[in-house]
Amino acid sequence: MTGWQTLLYKEVLRFWKVGFQTVAAPVITSILYLLVFGHVLEERVQVYEGVSYTAFLLPGLIMMAVLQNAFANSSSSLIQSKIMGSLVFVLLTPLSYKAWFAAYVGSSVVRGLAVGLGVLLVTGWFTSLSVVAPLWIIVFALLGAGLMGALGVVAGLWAEKFDQMAAFQNFIIMPLTFLSGVFYSIHSLPDFWQQVSHLNPFFYMIDGFRYGFFGVSDVSPWVSLAVVGLAFAAVAALTLQLLRTGYKIRH
Amino acid sequence: MSAVSFHHVFKSFATPRGELQALKGVSFQVEQGEFFGLLGPNGAGKTTLISILAGLTRASSGSVEVLGSDVQRDYQAARRRLGVVPQELVFDPFFSVRETLRIQSGYFGIKNNGAWIDELLEGLGLADKAGANMRQLSGGMKRRVLVAQALVHQPPVIVLDEPTAGVDVELRQTLWRFVSKLNKQGSTVLLTTHYLEEAEALCGRIAMLKQGEVVALERTSELLRRAAANVLRFKTDETLPPDLAEIARTTGRFVQLPAPTAAEVERLLARLREAGIAPEDIEVSKADLEDVFLDVMANSHKPAPSPQAPPAVDDTTAEKTAASSEVAP
Repeated sequence: MTGWQTLLYKEVLRFWKVGFQTVAAPVITSILYLLVFGHVLEERVQVYEGVSYTAFLLPGLIMMAVLQNAFANSSSSLIQSKIMGSLVFVLLTPLSYKAWFAAYVGSSVVRGLAVGLGVLLVTGWFTSLSVVAPLWIIVFALLGAGLMGALGVVAGLWAEKFDQMAAFQNFIIMPLTFLSGVFYSIHSLPDFWQQVSHLNPFFYMIDGFRYGFFGVSDVSPWVSLAVVGLAFAAVAALTLQLLRTGYKIRH
Repeated sequence: MSAVSFHHVFKSFATPRGELQALKGVSFQVEQGEFFGLLGPNGAGKTTLISILAGLTRASSGSVEVLGSDVQRDYQAARRRLGVVPQELVFDPFFSVRETLRIQSGYFGIKNNGAWIDELLEGLGLADKAGANMRQLSGGMKRRVLVAQALVHQPPVIVLDEPTAGVDVELRQTLWRFVSKLNKQGSTVLLTTHYLEEAEALCGRIAMLKQGEVVALERTSELLRRAAANVLRFKTDETLPPDLAEIARTTGRFVQLPAPTAAEVERLLARLREAGIAPEDIEVSKADLEDVFLDVMANSHKPAPSPQAPPAVDDTTAEKTAASSEVAP
Protein backbone atom coordinates (compact mmCIF):
# COMPACT_ATOMS: atom_id res chain seq x y z
CA MET A 1 0.00 0.00 0.00
CA THR A 2 1.16 3.51 -0.70
CA GLY A 3 1.02 6.25 1.92
CA TRP A 4 -2.46 7.57 1.26
CA GLN A 5 -3.87 4.09 0.91
CA THR A 6 -2.48 3.22 4.33
CA LEU A 7 -4.11 6.28 5.86
CA LEU A 8 -7.40 5.36 4.16
CA TYR A 9 -7.08 1.78 5.44
CA LYS A 10 -6.32 3.01 8.95
CA GLU A 11 -9.31 5.35 8.92
CA VAL A 12 -11.62 2.56 7.76
CA LEU A 13 -10.18 0.20 10.37
CA ARG A 14 -10.73 2.88 13.01
CA PHE A 15 -14.51 2.98 12.55
CA TRP A 16 -14.79 -0.72 11.74
CA LYS A 17 -13.22 -1.69 15.07
CA VAL A 18 -16.04 0.13 16.83
CA GLY A 19 -18.64 -1.00 14.30
CA PHE A 20 -21.44 -1.40 16.81
CA GLN A 21 -21.30 2.28 17.50
CA THR A 22 -20.43 3.53 14.02
CA VAL A 23 -22.44 1.25 11.74
CA ALA A 24 -24.93 -0.90 13.64
CA ALA A 25 -26.29 1.90 15.84
CA PRO A 26 -27.23 4.27 13.00
CA VAL A 27 -28.81 1.38 11.10
CA ILE A 28 -31.02 0.63 14.12
CA THR A 29 -31.92 4.32 14.49
CA SER A 30 -33.01 4.53 10.86
CA ILE A 31 -35.12 1.40 11.19
CA LEU A 32 -36.84 2.81 14.27
CA TYR A 33 -37.68 5.98 12.34
CA LEU A 34 -39.05 3.86 9.54
CA LEU A 35 -41.17 1.69 11.82
CA VAL A 36 -42.60 4.52 13.90
CA PHE A 37 -43.24 7.09 11.16
CA GLY A 38 -44.34 4.39 8.75
CA HIS A 39 -46.84 3.03 11.26
CA VAL A 40 -48.29 6.44 12.13
CA LEU A 41 -48.43 7.93 8.64
CA GLU A 42 -48.82 4.97 6.28
CA GLU A 43 -52.61 5.36 5.99
CA ARG A 44 -52.65 9.16 6.13
CA VAL A 45 -50.00 10.40 3.74
CA GLN A 46 -49.37 9.63 0.14
CA VAL A 47 -46.71 11.77 -1.48
CA TYR A 48 -46.43 10.28 -4.96
CA GLU A 49 -49.11 8.39 -6.75
CA GLY A 50 -48.78 4.65 -6.26
CA VAL A 51 -45.96 4.96 -3.74
CA SER A 52 -46.72 4.02 -0.13
CA TYR A 53 -45.51 6.36 2.59
CA THR A 54 -43.10 3.75 3.96
CA ALA A 55 -41.58 3.25 0.52
CA PHE A 56 -41.34 7.05 0.08
CA LEU A 57 -39.70 7.45 3.47
CA LEU A 58 -37.07 4.75 3.07
CA PRO A 59 -34.74 6.35 0.48
CA GLY A 60 -34.81 9.60 2.47
CA LEU A 61 -33.84 7.77 5.65
CA ILE A 62 -31.07 5.90 3.86
CA MET A 63 -29.64 9.10 2.42
CA MET A 64 -29.90 10.88 5.77
CA ALA A 65 -27.97 8.04 7.39
CA VAL A 66 -25.34 8.15 4.63
CA LEU A 67 -24.89 11.90 5.02
CA GLN A 68 -24.80 12.01 8.82
CA ASN A 69 -22.38 9.13 9.11
CA ALA A 70 -20.06 10.40 6.43
CA PHE A 71 -19.87 13.67 8.35
CA ALA A 72 -19.47 11.95 11.70
CA ASN A 73 -16.58 9.82 10.47
CA SER A 74 -14.03 12.41 9.38
CA SER A 75 -15.08 14.97 11.98
CA SER A 76 -14.88 12.65 14.97
CA SER A 77 -11.67 11.01 13.80
CA LEU A 78 -9.96 14.40 13.46
CA ILE A 79 -11.24 15.96 16.68
CA GLN A 80 -10.36 12.82 18.66
CA SER A 81 -6.86 12.51 17.31
CA LYS A 82 -6.32 16.25 17.75
CA ILE A 83 -7.39 16.14 21.39
CA MET A 84 -5.64 12.83 22.13
CA GLY A 85 -2.55 14.11 20.34
CA SER A 86 -2.24 11.06 18.12
CA LEU A 87 -2.64 13.19 14.99
CA VAL A 88 1.09 13.84 15.38
CA PHE A 89 1.80 10.39 13.90
CA VAL A 90 0.24 11.52 10.63
CA LEU A 91 1.64 15.05 10.84
CA LEU A 92 5.19 13.66 11.01
CA THR A 93 4.85 11.70 7.77
CA PRO A 94 5.57 12.86 4.23
CA LEU A 95 1.87 12.49 3.30
CA SER A 96 0.70 15.41 1.15
CA TYR A 97 -2.48 17.39 1.72
CA LYS A 98 -4.07 15.56 -1.21
CA ALA A 99 -3.30 12.24 0.49
CA TRP A 100 -5.01 13.50 3.65
CA PHE A 101 -8.04 14.56 1.62
CA ALA A 102 -8.30 11.24 -0.22
CA ALA A 103 -7.97 9.22 2.99
CA TYR A 104 -10.28 11.18 5.29
CA VAL A 105 -12.98 11.82 2.69
CA GLY A 106 -12.62 8.31 1.24
CA SER A 107 -13.08 6.58 4.60
CA SER A 108 -16.10 8.78 5.31
CA VAL A 109 -17.67 7.70 2.03
CA VAL A 110 -17.02 4.07 2.95
CA ARG A 111 -18.71 4.49 6.34
CA GLY A 112 -21.65 6.43 4.89
CA LEU A 113 -22.24 3.77 2.25
CA ALA A 114 -21.81 0.94 4.76
CA VAL A 115 -24.54 2.39 6.95
CA GLY A 116 -26.79 3.12 3.94
CA LEU A 117 -26.40 -0.43 2.67
CA GLY A 118 -27.07 -1.76 6.13
CA VAL A 119 -30.39 0.09 6.31
CA LEU A 120 -31.29 -1.10 2.83
CA LEU A 121 -30.50 -4.74 3.61
CA VAL A 122 -32.34 -4.85 6.92
CA THR A 123 -35.46 -3.10 5.62
CA GLY A 124 -35.42 -5.01 2.34
CA TRP A 125 -37.50 -7.86 3.71
CA PHE A 126 -40.46 -5.81 4.93
CA THR A 127 -40.72 -3.06 2.35
CA SER A 128 -40.76 -3.47 -1.38
CA LEU A 129 -38.55 -0.81 -2.88
CA SER A 130 -38.41 -0.27 -6.61
CA VAL A 131 -35.24 0.86 -8.35
CA VAL A 132 -35.84 2.89 -11.50
CA ALA A 133 -32.46 4.47 -12.19
CA PRO A 134 -29.62 2.87 -10.20
CA LEU A 135 -26.99 5.19 -11.65
CA TRP A 136 -28.66 8.24 -10.08
CA ILE A 137 -28.75 6.41 -6.75
CA ILE A 138 -25.03 5.69 -6.89
CA VAL A 139 -24.07 9.17 -8.10
CA PHE A 140 -26.01 10.98 -5.38
CA ALA A 141 -24.88 8.59 -2.65
CA LEU A 142 -21.23 9.08 -3.62
CA LEU A 143 -21.44 12.85 -4.10
CA GLY A 144 -23.45 13.36 -0.93
CA ALA A 145 -21.15 11.21 1.18
CA GLY A 146 -18.07 12.88 -0.32
CA LEU A 147 -19.46 16.33 0.39
CA MET A 148 -20.27 15.44 3.98
CA GLY A 149 -16.94 13.71 4.48
CA ALA A 150 -15.16 16.86 3.31
CA LEU A 151 -17.38 19.04 5.50
CA GLY A 152 -16.47 16.74 8.39
CA VAL A 153 -12.79 17.44 7.73
CA VAL A 154 -13.48 21.17 7.84
CA ALA A 155 -15.38 20.83 11.12
CA GLY A 156 -12.73 18.50 12.55
CA LEU A 157 -9.95 20.96 11.75
CA TRP A 158 -11.91 23.95 13.02
CA ALA A 159 -13.24 22.56 16.30
CA GLU A 160 -10.88 22.67 19.28
CA LYS A 161 -13.23 21.01 21.76
CA PHE A 162 -15.87 18.29 21.62
CA ASP A 163 -18.34 20.98 22.60
CA GLN A 164 -17.72 22.97 19.41
CA MET A 165 -18.00 19.80 17.36
CA ALA A 166 -21.33 18.95 19.00
CA ALA A 167 -22.57 22.46 18.18
CA PHE A 168 -21.57 22.08 14.53
CA GLN A 169 -23.34 18.74 14.35
CA ASN A 170 -26.50 19.63 16.28
CA PHE A 171 -27.06 23.21 15.07
CA ILE A 172 -26.03 22.86 11.44
CA ILE A 173 -25.90 19.28 10.20
CA MET A 174 -28.92 17.88 12.03
CA PRO A 175 -31.44 20.63 11.13
CA LEU A 176 -30.28 20.76 7.51
CA THR A 177 -30.63 17.00 7.07
CA PHE A 178 -33.94 16.80 8.96
CA LEU A 179 -35.49 19.69 7.09
CA SER A 180 -34.45 18.49 3.66
CA GLY A 181 -37.56 16.56 2.79
CA VAL A 182 -36.68 13.20 4.27
CA PHE A 183 -40.08 12.82 5.93
CA TYR A 184 -42.23 14.82 3.50
CA SER A 185 -42.33 16.27 0.02
CA ILE A 186 -41.56 19.98 0.15
CA HIS A 187 -44.61 20.52 -2.09
CA SER A 188 -46.71 19.90 0.99
CA LEU A 189 -45.12 22.94 2.67
CA PRO A 190 -46.41 26.54 2.61
CA ASP A 191 -44.90 28.63 -0.18
CA PHE A 192 -42.43 30.41 2.03
CA TRP A 193 -40.95 27.22 3.46
CA GLN A 194 -40.80 25.70 0.00
CA GLN A 195 -38.60 28.60 -1.05
CA VAL A 196 -36.43 28.17 2.04
CA SER A 197 -36.08 24.45 1.36
CA HIS A 198 -34.74 25.24 -2.10
CA LEU A 199 -31.80 26.98 -0.44
CA ASN A 200 -30.85 23.85 1.47
CA PRO A 201 -28.30 21.82 -0.49
CA PHE A 202 -29.31 18.71 1.46
CA PHE A 203 -32.73 18.88 -0.13
CA TYR A 204 -31.17 18.25 -3.56
CA MET A 205 -29.16 15.31 -2.30
CA ILE A 206 -32.26 13.61 -0.89
CA ASP A 207 -34.44 14.53 -3.84
CA GLY A 208 -31.96 13.35 -6.46
CA PHE A 209 -31.33 10.14 -4.54
CA ARG A 210 -35.05 9.45 -4.29
CA TYR A 211 -35.48 10.01 -8.02
CA GLY A 212 -33.33 6.92 -8.61
CA PHE A 213 -35.91 4.80 -6.79
CA PHE A 214 -39.20 6.20 -8.09
CA GLY A 215 -38.39 8.14 -11.25
CA VAL A 216 -40.29 11.09 -9.76
CA SER A 217 -38.94 13.94 -7.66
CA ASP A 218 -39.68 17.50 -6.54
CA VAL A 219 -37.12 18.99 -8.94
CA SER A 220 -35.33 17.56 -11.96
CA PRO A 221 -32.43 15.25 -11.01
CA TRP A 222 -30.20 17.27 -13.34
CA VAL A 223 -30.83 20.39 -11.31
CA SER A 224 -30.07 18.41 -8.15
CA LEU A 225 -26.91 17.05 -9.70
CA ALA A 226 -25.73 20.55 -10.63
CA VAL A 227 -26.40 21.91 -7.14
CA VAL A 228 -24.84 18.96 -5.31
CA GLY A 229 -21.88 18.86 -7.72
CA LEU A 230 -21.18 22.56 -7.24
CA ALA A 231 -21.56 22.29 -3.49
CA PHE A 232 -19.13 19.37 -3.44
CA ALA A 233 -16.60 21.26 -5.55
CA ALA A 234 -16.82 24.29 -3.26
CA VAL A 235 -16.47 22.31 -0.02
CA ALA A 236 -13.68 20.15 -1.49
CA ALA A 237 -11.76 23.26 -2.57
CA LEU A 238 -12.08 24.74 0.92
CA THR A 239 -11.03 21.45 2.53
CA LEU A 240 -7.98 21.11 0.29
CA GLN A 241 -6.98 24.69 1.05
CA LEU A 242 -7.27 24.18 4.82
CA LEU A 243 -5.26 20.95 4.64
CA ARG A 244 -2.61 22.56 2.45
CA THR A 245 -2.04 25.41 4.88
CA GLY A 246 -2.27 23.13 7.91
CA TYR A 247 -5.17 25.15 9.36
CA LYS A 248 -5.07 24.75 13.16
CA ILE A 249 -2.85 21.66 12.93
CA ARG A 250 0.52 23.11 11.84
CA HIS A 251 1.03 26.38 13.67
CA MET B 1 26.48 18.09 4.47
CA SER B 2 25.16 18.51 8.02
CA ALA B 3 22.53 16.16 9.39
CA VAL B 4 20.51 19.09 10.70
CA SER B 5 21.11 22.78 10.21
CA PHE B 6 19.21 25.67 11.72
CA HIS B 7 19.70 29.03 9.99
CA HIS B 8 18.60 32.14 11.92
CA VAL B 9 15.38 30.55 13.10
CA PHE B 10 12.91 33.03 14.59
CA LYS B 11 9.50 32.13 15.95
CA SER B 12 6.91 34.32 17.59
CA PHE B 13 3.49 33.34 18.87
CA ALA B 14 0.53 35.63 19.32
CA THR B 15 -0.68 35.29 22.91
CA PRO B 16 -3.41 37.13 24.77
CA ARG B 17 -0.65 39.09 26.52
CA GLY B 18 0.99 40.14 23.29
CA GLU B 19 3.63 38.68 21.04
CA LEU B 20 5.85 36.00 22.53
CA GLN B 21 9.30 35.58 20.99
CA ALA B 22 9.94 31.87 21.43
CA LEU B 23 13.05 31.71 19.25
CA LYS B 24 15.33 34.65 18.53
CA GLY B 25 17.62 33.70 15.69
CA VAL B 26 18.82 30.21 16.48
CA SER B 27 21.65 28.96 14.26
CA PHE B 28 23.67 25.78 14.66
CA GLN B 29 24.40 22.54 12.90
CA VAL B 30 24.39 18.92 13.91
CA GLU B 31 26.89 16.88 11.93
CA GLN B 32 26.22 13.40 10.59
CA GLY B 33 26.85 10.65 13.11
CA GLU B 34 26.83 12.98 16.11
CA PHE B 35 25.02 12.36 19.38
CA PHE B 36 23.96 15.92 20.06
CA GLY B 37 22.33 17.35 23.16
CA LEU B 38 19.95 20.30 23.24
CA LEU B 39 19.59 21.58 26.77
CA GLY B 40 17.74 24.44 28.37
CA PRO B 41 15.26 25.21 31.11
CA ASN B 42 11.50 24.89 30.54
CA GLY B 43 10.31 27.54 28.13
CA ALA B 44 13.74 28.01 26.52
CA GLY B 45 12.33 27.03 23.11
CA LYS B 46 13.66 23.47 22.76
CA THR B 47 10.35 21.91 21.83
CA THR B 48 9.46 24.80 19.52
CA LEU B 49 12.75 24.26 17.70
CA ILE B 50 12.12 20.52 17.42
CA SER B 51 8.57 21.19 16.18
CA ILE B 52 9.90 23.44 13.43
CA LEU B 53 12.42 20.77 12.47
CA ALA B 54 9.63 18.17 12.32
CA GLY B 55 7.29 20.40 10.30
CA LEU B 56 4.70 20.57 13.09
CA THR B 57 5.26 24.31 13.39
CA ARG B 58 6.49 26.86 10.89
CA ALA B 59 9.33 29.25 11.62
CA SER B 60 8.43 32.96 11.44
CA SER B 61 11.68 33.39 9.53
CA GLY B 62 14.87 31.46 8.89
CA SER B 63 15.18 27.94 7.59
CA VAL B 64 15.89 24.41 8.74
CA GLU B 65 17.35 21.57 6.72
CA VAL B 66 17.58 17.85 7.30
CA LEU B 67 20.48 16.38 5.31
CA GLY B 68 20.17 19.26 2.88
CA SER B 69 16.39 19.13 2.45
CA ASP B 70 14.44 22.18 3.55
CA VAL B 71 11.73 21.14 6.04
CA GLN B 72 9.14 23.34 4.32
CA ARG B 73 10.02 23.47 0.60
CA ASP B 74 11.19 19.90 0.43
CA TYR B 75 9.12 18.54 3.30
CA GLN B 76 8.64 15.03 1.97
CA ALA B 77 12.36 14.32 1.62
CA ALA B 78 13.06 15.98 4.99
CA ARG B 79 10.43 13.95 6.85
CA ARG B 80 11.60 10.67 5.31
CA ARG B 81 15.02 11.28 6.83
CA LEU B 82 13.74 12.30 10.23
CA GLY B 83 12.38 10.15 13.04
CA VAL B 84 10.85 12.16 15.86
CA VAL B 85 9.88 10.82 19.28
CA PRO B 86 7.36 13.35 20.58
CA GLN B 87 7.50 14.56 24.15
CA GLU B 88 3.85 13.91 24.97
CA LEU B 89 2.84 10.33 25.69
CA VAL B 90 0.32 9.92 22.86
CA PHE B 91 -1.12 6.79 21.27
CA ASP B 92 -3.88 5.61 18.98
CA PRO B 93 -6.28 3.58 21.14
CA PHE B 94 -7.77 1.60 18.27
CA PHE B 95 -4.78 -0.55 17.40
CA SER B 96 -2.38 -3.17 18.70
CA VAL B 97 1.35 -2.49 18.93
CA ARG B 98 2.15 -4.36 15.74
CA GLU B 99 -0.74 -2.75 13.84
CA THR B 100 0.46 0.65 14.99
CA LEU B 101 3.95 -0.02 13.65
CA ARG B 102 2.70 -1.52 10.39
CA ILE B 103 0.43 1.45 9.77
CA GLN B 104 3.21 3.91 10.58
CA SER B 105 5.46 2.11 8.05
CA GLY B 106 2.69 2.35 5.48
CA TYR B 107 2.49 6.14 5.83
CA PHE B 108 6.06 6.22 4.55
CA GLY B 109 5.12 3.88 1.71
CA ILE B 110 7.14 1.00 3.18
CA LYS B 111 5.80 -2.47 2.50
CA ASN B 112 6.85 -5.73 4.14
CA ASN B 113 8.57 -4.04 7.04
CA GLY B 114 8.10 -7.11 9.26
CA ALA B 115 11.77 -7.90 9.81
CA TRP B 116 12.64 -4.37 10.93
CA ILE B 117 9.51 -4.16 13.08
CA ASP B 118 10.57 -7.40 14.80
CA GLU B 119 14.01 -5.96 15.41
CA LEU B 120 12.47 -2.80 16.90
CA LEU B 121 10.14 -4.82 19.12
CA GLU B 122 13.06 -6.98 20.26
CA GLY B 123 15.50 -4.11 20.81
CA LEU B 124 13.01 -2.04 22.79
CA GLY B 125 11.75 -4.94 24.91
CA LEU B 126 8.29 -4.97 23.31
CA ALA B 127 8.37 -8.43 21.75
CA ASP B 128 5.84 -9.97 24.15
CA LYS B 129 3.50 -6.98 23.80
CA ALA B 130 3.25 -7.04 20.00
CA GLY B 131 -0.36 -8.22 20.00
CA ALA B 132 -1.52 -6.08 22.93
CA ASN B 133 -3.83 -3.15 22.36
CA MET B 134 -2.21 0.24 22.98
CA ARG B 135 -4.75 0.97 25.74
CA GLN B 136 -3.58 -2.00 27.78
CA LEU B 137 0.05 -0.87 27.93
CA SER B 138 1.66 0.86 30.89
CA GLY B 139 3.09 4.35 30.44
CA GLY B 140 6.61 3.01 30.01
CA MET B 141 5.53 0.53 27.35
CA LYS B 142 3.63 3.23 25.47
CA ARG B 143 6.80 5.30 25.52
CA ARG B 144 8.72 2.41 23.93
CA VAL B 145 6.11 2.18 21.19
CA LEU B 146 6.55 5.92 20.54
CA VAL B 147 10.25 5.30 20.01
CA ALA B 148 9.56 2.33 17.73
CA GLN B 149 7.06 4.40 15.71
CA ALA B 150 9.67 7.09 15.15
CA LEU B 151 12.10 4.49 13.81
CA VAL B 152 9.90 2.38 11.50
CA HIS B 153 11.26 4.07 8.39
CA GLN B 154 14.89 3.74 9.51
CA PRO B 155 15.55 7.47 9.52
CA PRO B 156 19.20 8.59 9.39
CA VAL B 157 18.39 11.43 11.80
CA ILE B 158 16.67 10.62 15.10
CA VAL B 159 15.18 13.29 17.32
CA LEU B 160 14.26 12.49 20.91
CA ASP B 161 12.34 15.20 22.72
CA GLU B 162 12.74 14.52 26.43
CA PRO B 163 12.20 10.79 25.97
CA THR B 164 13.04 9.87 29.55
CA ALA B 165 10.87 12.36 31.43
CA GLY B 166 9.09 10.33 34.12
CA VAL B 167 10.43 7.01 32.89
CA ASP B 168 11.82 4.18 35.05
CA VAL B 169 15.47 3.13 35.15
CA GLU B 170 14.98 -0.04 33.15
CA LEU B 171 13.37 1.71 30.22
CA ARG B 172 15.99 4.43 30.27
CA GLN B 173 18.71 1.83 29.96
CA THR B 174 16.92 -0.13 27.24
CA LEU B 175 16.34 3.06 25.34
CA TRP B 176 19.90 4.32 25.59
CA ARG B 177 21.35 0.95 24.70
CA PHE B 178 19.21 0.81 21.57
CA VAL B 179 19.71 4.42 20.51
CA SER B 180 23.47 4.21 21.14
CA LYS B 181 23.61 1.15 18.92
CA LEU B 182 21.85 3.04 16.12
CA ASN B 183 24.22 5.95 16.65
CA LYS B 184 27.23 3.64 16.35
CA GLN B 185 25.76 2.31 13.12
CA GLY B 186 25.81 5.84 11.74
CA SER B 187 22.51 7.47 12.74
CA THR B 188 22.60 11.02 13.96
CA VAL B 189 20.84 11.61 17.27
CA LEU B 190 19.48 14.92 18.52
CA LEU B 191 18.36 14.72 22.12
CA THR B 192 16.64 17.21 24.36
CA THR B 193 16.63 16.32 28.02
CA HIS B 194 16.29 17.62 31.53
CA TYR B 195 18.58 14.95 32.92
CA LEU B 196 21.99 16.48 32.67
CA GLU B 197 23.87 13.33 33.64
CA GLU B 198 22.21 11.71 30.65
CA ALA B 199 23.45 14.42 28.30
CA GLU B 200 26.89 14.21 29.92
CA ALA B 201 27.06 10.45 29.41
CA LEU B 202 25.70 10.33 25.87
CA CYS B 203 26.22 13.57 23.97
CA GLY B 204 29.46 14.44 22.24
CA ARG B 205 28.36 18.01 21.71
CA ILE B 206 25.84 20.21 23.43
CA ALA B 207 23.88 23.36 22.65
CA MET B 208 22.24 25.26 25.47
CA LEU B 209 19.18 27.39 24.84
CA LYS B 210 17.95 30.15 27.05
CA GLN B 211 14.91 32.28 26.26
CA GLY B 212 15.09 31.40 22.60
CA GLU B 213 18.80 31.99 22.12
CA VAL B 214 21.81 29.71 21.93
CA VAL B 215 23.97 30.54 24.95
CA ALA B 216 26.50 27.74 24.64
CA LEU B 217 27.53 25.43 21.82
CA GLU B 218 30.52 23.23 22.53
CA ARG B 219 31.93 19.76 22.87
CA THR B 220 30.70 18.27 26.12
CA SER B 221 34.27 17.77 27.29
CA GLU B 222 35.06 21.45 26.68
CA LEU B 223 31.99 22.52 28.58
CA LEU B 224 32.98 20.35 31.50
CA ARG B 225 36.51 21.71 31.47
CA ARG B 226 35.04 25.18 31.75
CA ALA B 227 33.40 24.28 35.03
CA ALA B 228 35.02 25.45 38.24
CA ALA B 229 37.27 22.44 38.76
CA ASN B 230 36.34 20.62 41.98
CA VAL B 231 33.43 20.73 44.36
CA LEU B 232 32.89 19.67 47.94
CA ARG B 233 29.72 17.62 48.44
CA PHE B 234 28.08 16.53 51.68
CA LYS B 235 24.73 15.95 53.33
CA THR B 236 23.28 17.87 56.23
CA ASP B 237 19.99 18.73 57.86
CA GLU B 238 21.24 21.97 59.38
CA THR B 239 20.94 25.46 57.92
CA LEU B 240 24.14 26.76 56.37
CA PRO B 241 25.64 30.05 57.56
CA PRO B 242 24.76 32.87 55.14
CA ASP B 243 28.23 33.22 53.59
CA LEU B 244 28.18 29.53 52.58
CA ALA B 245 24.48 29.45 51.65
CA GLU B 246 25.21 32.14 49.10
CA ILE B 247 27.67 30.02 47.11
CA ALA B 248 26.11 26.62 47.81
CA ARG B 249 23.95 24.55 45.50
CA THR B 250 21.47 22.66 47.67
CA THR B 251 19.13 19.88 46.62
CA GLY B 252 17.16 18.69 49.63
CA ARG B 253 19.81 17.70 52.14
CA PHE B 254 22.57 17.54 49.54
CA VAL B 255 24.92 20.51 49.60
CA GLN B 256 27.59 21.34 47.07
CA LEU B 257 30.21 24.06 47.40
CA PRO B 258 32.84 25.13 44.87
CA ALA B 259 36.26 24.05 46.17
CA PRO B 260 39.00 24.52 43.56
CA THR B 261 41.94 23.97 45.96
CA ALA B 262 42.81 21.88 49.00
CA ALA B 263 43.13 25.07 51.05
CA GLU B 264 39.58 26.01 50.11
CA VAL B 265 38.35 22.56 51.18
CA GLU B 266 40.01 23.06 54.56
CA ARG B 267 38.57 26.54 54.95
CA LEU B 268 35.04 25.34 54.12
CA LEU B 269 35.23 22.45 56.57
CA ALA B 270 36.55 24.78 59.27
CA ARG B 271 33.72 27.21 58.59
CA LEU B 272 31.19 24.39 58.92
CA ARG B 273 32.71 23.29 62.24
CA GLU B 274 32.49 26.87 63.54
CA ALA B 275 28.83 26.99 62.57
CA GLY B 276 28.25 23.77 64.51
CA ILE B 277 27.36 21.73 61.43
CA ALA B 278 28.46 18.09 61.19
CA PRO B 279 28.41 17.22 57.48
CA GLU B 280 27.81 13.58 56.50
CA ASP B 281 29.16 11.63 53.50
CA ILE B 282 31.75 14.20 52.55
CA GLU B 283 33.35 13.90 49.15
CA VAL B 284 35.45 16.08 46.88
CA SER B 285 34.67 15.53 43.22
CA LYS B 286 34.71 17.00 39.73
CA ALA B 287 32.01 19.46 38.77
CA ASP B 288 29.38 17.96 36.44
CA LEU B 289 27.30 19.27 33.61
CA GLU B 290 24.71 20.52 36.04
CA ASP B 291 27.22 22.98 37.43
CA VAL B 292 28.12 24.16 33.96
CA PHE B 293 24.47 24.42 33.07
CA LEU B 294 23.62 26.56 36.08
CA ASP B 295 26.70 28.63 35.47
CA VAL B 296 25.86 29.25 31.82
CA MET B 297 22.22 30.01 32.61
CA ALA B 298 23.22 32.49 35.30
CA ASN B 299 25.96 34.26 33.34
CA SER B 300 24.66 34.43 29.79
CA HIS B 301 24.17 38.14 29.32
CA LYS B 302 25.74 37.96 25.90
CA PRO B 303 24.28 34.97 24.11
CA ALA B 304 27.17 34.18 21.78
CA PRO B 305 28.64 30.75 21.24
CA SER B 306 32.10 30.47 22.74
CA PRO B 307 35.17 30.64 20.48
CA GLN B 308 35.67 26.87 20.47
CA ALA B 309 32.32 26.35 18.79
CA PRO B 310 32.21 25.32 15.14
CA PRO B 311 32.06 28.20 12.64
CA ALA B 312 28.84 30.11 12.29
CA VAL B 313 26.54 28.77 9.61
CA ASP B 314 26.25 31.87 7.42
CA ASP B 315 28.96 31.15 4.84
CA THR B 316 27.80 27.61 4.18
CA THR B 317 24.30 28.58 3.10
CA ALA B 318 25.13 28.66 -0.61
CA GLU B 319 26.64 25.21 -0.43
CA LYS B 320 23.56 23.92 1.43
CA THR B 321 21.17 25.24 -1.18
CA ALA B 322 23.11 23.52 -3.91
CA ALA B 323 23.09 20.30 -1.94
CA SER B 324 19.35 20.40 -1.29
CA SER B 325 18.44 20.67 -4.96
CA GLU B 326 20.65 17.67 -5.59
CA VAL B 327 18.87 15.54 -3.01
CA ALA B 328 15.33 16.53 -3.96
CA PRO B 329 13.34 13.59 -5.29
